[in-house]
Amino acid sequence: MTKEAENERDDMLVDDPEPQNEQLDDIPDEFNPNYLKVYYGRLFPHADMFKWMSYGNDGKHPACDQSYFGRREFSFTLDNDIYLRFQSFKNASELENGIKDKCPFKIDIGPVYSVDPSKRLAYAQSGDNIFTPVERELVFDIDISDYDDARYCCSGADVCLDCWPLMTIAIKVIDTSLRDDFGFNHILWVYSGRRGVHCWVCDGKARRLNNEQRSAIADYFRVYKGNNNSKSKVSLVGPALHPFLARSYFDVLRDFFEEKLLCSQQLLSDDRYEKILEMIPDESITSELRGKWQDNRRSSSGKDVNVVRWEQLKQLLQSGKQKATGIRRCVEEIVFSFTYPRLDMEVSKHMNHLLKAPFCIHPKTGRVCVPIDPNVCDDFDPTNVPTLSKLLREINTGGLQVEGDKVWERTSMGKSIRYFRESFLQPLMKSCKEEIEESYSAKVNQSKNSLNW
Amino acid sequence: MEVVRSQKKSSSAAAYSDGVSTIPLYRSAPTLEVRLEDFERFAVDRLLVLRGISDGLARGKKSDEMGKLVSDLWKANMRHPHASEVKDKDIISHFVLRLVYCRTEELRKWFLSMESTLFRYRFRRETSDVHRALMTELGLPHKVVTNAEFEGLREKLSQVARSIGQALPTADTVYYKVPWEQVPELVGSRRVLIKKGYAYVALNQVVSFVVPHFRSHLSKALVLTNRKWTSMIREQEKDRLTPIVEALSTSYLGPDYSQAKEFGEITLKDIDQVARSSFPLCMRHLFDTLRDDHHLKHGGRMQLGLFLKGVGLKLDDALAFWKAEFSQKVGAERFDKEYAYGIRHNYGKEGKRTDYTPFSCQKIILSTPGVGDHHGCPYRHFSEENLRAALGKMGVSSRELDEVVDKAKGRHYQLACTLTFEAVHGASCDAGINHPNQYFTDSQNILKAKKPSTA
Repeated sequence: MTKEAENERDDMLVDDPEPQNEQLDDIPDEFNPNYLKVYYGRLFPHADMFKWMSYGNDGKHPACDQSYFGRREFSFTLDNDIYLRFQSFKNASELENGIKDKCPFKIDIGPVYSVDPSKRLAYAQSGDNIFTPVERELVFDIDISDYDDARYCCSGADVCLDCWPLMTIAIKVIDTSLRDDFGFNHILWVYSGRRGVHCWVCDGKARRLNNEQRSAIADYFRVYKGNNNSKSKVSLVGPALHPFLARSYFDVLRDFFEEKLLCSQQLLSDDRYEKILEMIPDESITSELRGKWQDNRRSSSGKDVNVVRWEQLKQLLQSGKQKATGIRRCVEEIVFSFTYPRLDMEVSKHMNHLLKAPFCIHPKTGRVCVPIDPNVCDDFDPTNVPTLSKLLREINTGGLQVEGDKVWERTSMGKSIRYFRESFLQPLMKSCKEEIEESYSAKVNQSKNSLNW
Repeated sequence: MEVVRSQKKSSSAAAYSDGVSTIPLYRSAPTLEVRLEDFERFAVDRLLVLRGISDGLARGKKSDEMGKLVSDLWKANMRHPHASEVKDKDIISHFVLRLVYCRTEELRKWFLSMESTLFRYRFRRETSDVHRALMTELGLPHKVVTNAEFEGLREKLSQVARSIGQALPTADTVYYKVPWEQVPELVGSRRVLIKKGYAYVALNQVVSFVVPHFRSHLSKALVLTNRKWTSMIREQEKDRLTPIVEALSTSYLGPDYSQAKEFGEITLKDIDQVARSSFPLCMRHLFDTLRDDHHLKHGGRMQLGLFLKGVGLKLDDALAFWKAEFSQKVGAERFDKEYAYGIRHNYGKEGKRTDYTPFSCQKIILSTPGVGDHHGCPYRHFSEENLRAALGKMGVSSRELDEVVDKAKGRHYQLACTLTFEAVHGASCDAGINHPNQYFTDSQNILKAKKPSTA
């Protein structure tokens, strides 16, 4: 053992020191502030976060705004629920030291303000010279506990591989729309650490959207208007679906519902089909179906009973006999009400909403908030996301080989950081650079605008 | 714009664009000469339109009703004997009102809101040629969708049309391609197709797109106007335009009730009964407070005193009335020494002998009652609790009370008073309450109509 490795070892071990090659299992699985310290010391990608949040302003171009990063709000949640808002940092090392120093249980990212948020009290709330958000990523927050009436396997904060695909579906629908409909390119999806996903849209245009425009996007995505009082919480009016809804249905939702969710959640089983029947406003149809299903409790064809019953339901609702569009539309409504993404509207509508930073550790699960690649989101397994203790074990085992800031590479976080850098950060930086240079030359060429009274 | 006293008039800085007659966008001050009299008159006429719009909005009128209201208001007020000068009047009146309404944040907000609404409904009635001309003039990024692009998107555009219950687009249907951020309302309600950041807006949806631009331009212009006003114009024009401008923003445009009319007098023996039946809440409160405390501070004396004058209380009766109350608190001698003069002053019998006019709602609403004061507008100045109690005393039922309180919370104070009037009298008041004496007069009219036998 070299002296260096010995020192490393002393820093990391929480329990009694043991010979290095037997350390594999001695880190208990709980979340622990000391582990967090190591995480922030060795693994958390401070420099990448700084680069991201600078959006190219950390460069040397004359148009770079040196004050930009310092006007971003961060907030720290410390041990004992102490909450520190309006934290700001002037540069990368201040950010890194701030995090290492305070060792926050959670880091939230807020907007970029007109002035350094730590100096906000010196500025007015209205009129000229005010303290107000000027830029903020367009963000979305999808939480599986909002789907509790669409899943039977889990509820609340629990997640399993039967219900997680609801998140995957949400990612597909929203991601496609953000790119194809809205034309956004720099989108980062992140696992929230326990039961959901966050989305960060980082294009310049997105960051500069005002609250009205953010509301418009949230409304565009809004279909589900659920509460405990309404039977059908989705209302798809009109003789046709908007192309966005139609595309979501045909490309993603329908197949997912028919091929996966129906069976994994046993939606049409004897004790569950009533809920779906309630969504059909026609008594004659529902009683016919009820009649059929009460008689045939087992499927004769060997097919899953849910699948069979769904076929029967569709046949009845979509047959030529049904004149009212409302009835035919029921099929789509049922599919939408179970599978369509349920966004937290408030998160997206306001520029000043704080959202947890990627690569935080979730205090309840110990899991890292890793990015999710939307192109292969079907493969994402929330039960297999690296945990803090697993990472520490990995650091300990690999003790000798690589040092310095390549530590992350030999842990299971390596893949995530590589993805973050290559697929998200680099293209974003390139685009930011171009944007900064373009707006600079535009300003130089712009003529004065004179307005009379 | 040059303001002159002479008869001269030059030709209009037209609201024409590419030969198409359009709605003026008021982008720059016109190079016209205006007579001083017209300066004020045009502004007052336009103000009547804007106030009418404000009233319509406060009453929650729907789109179609508003459209008709705007059209009627415009026809009624913005005519001009010379047809060619109608456009001039439009432009001049707008710019004069800019001067009037640029001066505080609250005034700007109101003006912006009303002018945008006016523009919106005028725009809706125009042809598509006019729409296009205006969009170009506003410099709104819009590309007409080419035939080729249209064919490529036709199916999706048809889907959108069907989903919102509109007619299917044909090869002749005009669509505009605009950045989606320009039409957030249309995007949020999924009434347009969006693709790669662009929204495909049908001609009839263009209002959503154009009005916000009109509004934002006017908003910026108002701020600039305010700067010019404070730094330069107000001083320059202090003998000519400034007094007119300053008067216009607080002007009450109805009858001033300085001469009490039909019922002539109310007498002291009637006053309690008449207070209960026909006083608006503000005056009822002052009156009841006076009866209870035997005193009112200066603001209250002015507001109630002038109201009573407008209602027909003669000077001698007024003196007797106030003395009867005040002497119970301060003694008859002190009343004669300190308070009688003020009352006589109100009736124009002292000092410069101005016959003061009773306060309009606008003036009362804008007043700032302090500690110990009871004047002002209860719908504005009372807490919800006190307002409810006071309305209960007036005899407003609890269902109507909620509606009234709701309007008061929404800052529609005069509408709240109107609803109170309607609740108390069981009759509607279409014109809305603008003056406490109007409330009184209307109330007396209704009561007299109900009892034709009484003198």
